[in-house]
Amino acid sequence: MNAQDTIPAPAKPAWLDPSAKPFIRIDAVTKQFGPFTAVNNVSLDIFKGELFALLGGSGCGKTTLLRMLAGFEQPTKGRVFIDGQDMTDIPPYERPVNMMFQSYALFPHMSVEKNVGYGLKHERMTDAQRKDRVKAMLDLVQLTPLAQRKPHQLSGGQRQRVALARALARQPKLLLLDEPLGALDKKLREQTQFEIMNIQEKTGITFVVVTHDQEEAMTLATRIAVMDQGEIRQTGTPTEIYEFPRSRFVADFIGSINLCDGTVNRTGGGKAVVACEAWNAEVTVACDDALSVGSKVSVAVRPEKIAIDRHKPASGLNILAGKVMDLGYFGKDSLYRVKLQGNTLVRVNRVNERRASEGERVADWEDDVYLSFDPSAAILLRE
Amino acid sequence: MAGIAAPGAAAAGPESELPAGKGFMVWLDRKAWRDFIVAIPYVWLLFFFLLPFFIVFAMSFARSLIAIPPFEYNAQWPYIVFDNYERLFTDARYLQAYLISIFNAAVATVLCLIIGYPMALGIARARGAWRNILLLLVILPFWTSFLLRVYAWIGLLSNNSWFNRGLTSLYNTVFGVFGTINNVPMMNTNFAVVLIIVYSYLPFMILPLYANLEKLDYTLNEAAMDLGSKPWQVFKDVTLPLSVPGIIAGALLVFIPASGELVIPTLVGRADNPMIGRMINDEFGLVRDWPMASTISVALLVLLVVPIMIYNNMAMRAEGARN
Ligand SMILES: Nc1ncnc2c1ncn2[C@@H]1O[C@H](COP(=O)(O)OP(=O)(O)OP(=O)(O)O)[C@@H](O)[C@H]1O
Ligand SMILES: [Mg+2]
Repeated sequence: MNAQDTIPAPAKPAWLDPSAKPFIRIDAVTKQFGPFTAVNNVSLDIFKGELFALLGGSGCGKTTLLRMLAGFEQPTKGRVFIDGQDMTDIPPYERPVNMMFQSYALFPHMSVEKNVGYGLKHERMTDAQRKDRVKAMLDLVQLTPLAQRKPHQLSGGQRQRVALARALARQPKLLLLDEPLGALDKKLREQTQFEIMNIQEKTGITFVVVTHDQEEAMTLATRIAVMDQGEIRQTGTPTEIYEFPRSRFVADFIGSINLCDGTVNRTGGGKAVVACEAWNAEVTVACDDALSVGSKVSVAVRPEKIAIDRHKPASGLNILAGKVMDLGYFGKDSLYRVKLQGNTLVRVNRVNERRASEGERVADWEDDVYLSFDPSAAILLRE
Repeated sequence: MAGIAAPGAAAAGPESELPAGKGFMVWLDRKAWRDFIVAIPYVWLLFFFLLPFFIVFAMSFARSLIAIPPFEYNAQWPYIVFDNYERLFTDARYLQAYLISIFNAAVATVLCLIIGYPMALGIARARGAWRNILLLLVILPFWTSFLLRVYAWIGLLSNNSWFNRGLTSLYNTVFGVFGTINNVPMMNTNFAVVLIIVYSYLPFMILPLYANLEKLDYTLNEAAMDLGSKPWQVFKDVTLPLSVPGIIAGALLVFIPASGELVIPTLVGRADNPMIGRMINDEFGLVRDWPMASTISVALLVLLVVPIMIYNNMAMRAEGARN
């Protein structure tokens, strides 16, 4: 590896810098459709150059929030600021924002070239400049040979790239993408994810991406906001969201996780001991802040952070005995579903680091096994 | 599927209902049935359009006479005469009638478009319940007899109606200094003909336009707006070009029947300068010159078939562009 390949240590991210000014400020925004609240009192700061993902289930209000940024919906309450300017009452055609629509919304009666150049009609530039810009955009998304085609003569992936080029052509300060990769197959999806990240790096434009695919959000985003029923449940980097969820909802929504309700029995030394009824065990969990004994909490452990063995570990905390009910072999890893004494199923994910034939597995169907995990691997949730 | 279904069918035994029911479905699903259903409109067209037209076409080459039937063919080869066509092109009355028909129909079509487009757009953009109410209002006049509505217009336009008197006094108060008038002459004018054609045929413009505009994806408008277009630019760049098929359909539905219109010009038009529909009617009924009436009809049809063919061509191309 030479020096060029090493990634420079990133500067301190803007969202950790309390003096940094946000590029987009969504300030206590609520959107109601009649009696129905689609977005409920959402506040969000997004910084320049971020690739920010809005993640949430269907109907949770992601598109509505995005449309308020683009100007297609008026917030019922609250304000939207872009680059320090109050945009709440500015119509869409006067905002420095472009959007790539979920359905692409390409103009069917215009060629690829005309589609990409459409937004430039309103820019103050010469015809030659316009031509150059369209060409540069088509090069960027590798569609130059198809410039004269109409949208109906393109494949789904090509259409999606035209939509991206069209949204980028005006060099907006902010680009909004509504499920940009929803219609693509897995392979094209991954390829385009990297393309989007590349373009984002090259142009430095701030991106806000809506998705309901958590993997996509994890790969793409600098930060993620997890939404549920019109509210933001947690905002953070992919690692924060995955490793340090703050609520049962977020823990459960991102990845798979084993959750168990319990009561705090003892605390001290940065640890809490929780009586988990369903697991029929006392679990020790690392915990920084003060917890009162007797309070109701949940313990959450990711499947890949649990060790599984046929032999009882000689020492250590958090050892649970159970029986393998189910085993899924995926090649690089295996998924075990283990029934504890309390009859609850726990999912355990184990990387197959050694080559082993079927008889040599760590554990097999109907085997009595012991599960164990470190106190620091478990998450204590109070919400 | 068949592989899975076969053992089940065998197990059910020959006595079971299933094979019989299936047999009926197969019988009902035969291609012959589909062909039959598709054939019905063609047969209809053949008997009630093509065949009568052929009769009219044949009659246009005959000579009129006072007898029953009131025409005859030439006794010698080639049995047909072109007298009627000669008259059609030499007698200025016919040419004039064609011109006035085309002119009236064209003006009415343009007016219908100008009035109907905003209405269709408004209905297409209205919310669910409103949309149905507005559509109903457009169709509502059809529930009254067409003739009755034309007579109602006569009641409004004629010289001593309250409407005419109101207009007259309005004119006299505003423009009285230039000399007063006794009434506004509206009956038996081309103005009245065009006015009532516009009134009667407006729904035929609105409905196909509505059907077209309603299908347009509103996100396209949002996309255009997002790319910096103000509302009227969005209309010019997106809505208008995409509604061309609707405009053509609506224009044809107004123009074609309007150019052959009989009732309206007969009731409110000028007798000395008739439209072609009235001409055909008069030749057929009054003059009893069936061959001449046929000749005019054939010429009118040829005149109208051309725009239809142009439309078909364009529609086909638009269809090809969409798929
Ligand atoms: N114009 C509208 N009128 C009434 N309700 C609306 C309207 N637009 C959205 N909603 C409702 O608001 C909620 C949020 O809608 P939104 O489109 O923002 O969801 P989403 O998070 O984008 O979902 P998806 O992932 O399915 O696209 C939904 O329950 C939806 O039914
Ligand atoms: Mg959505």
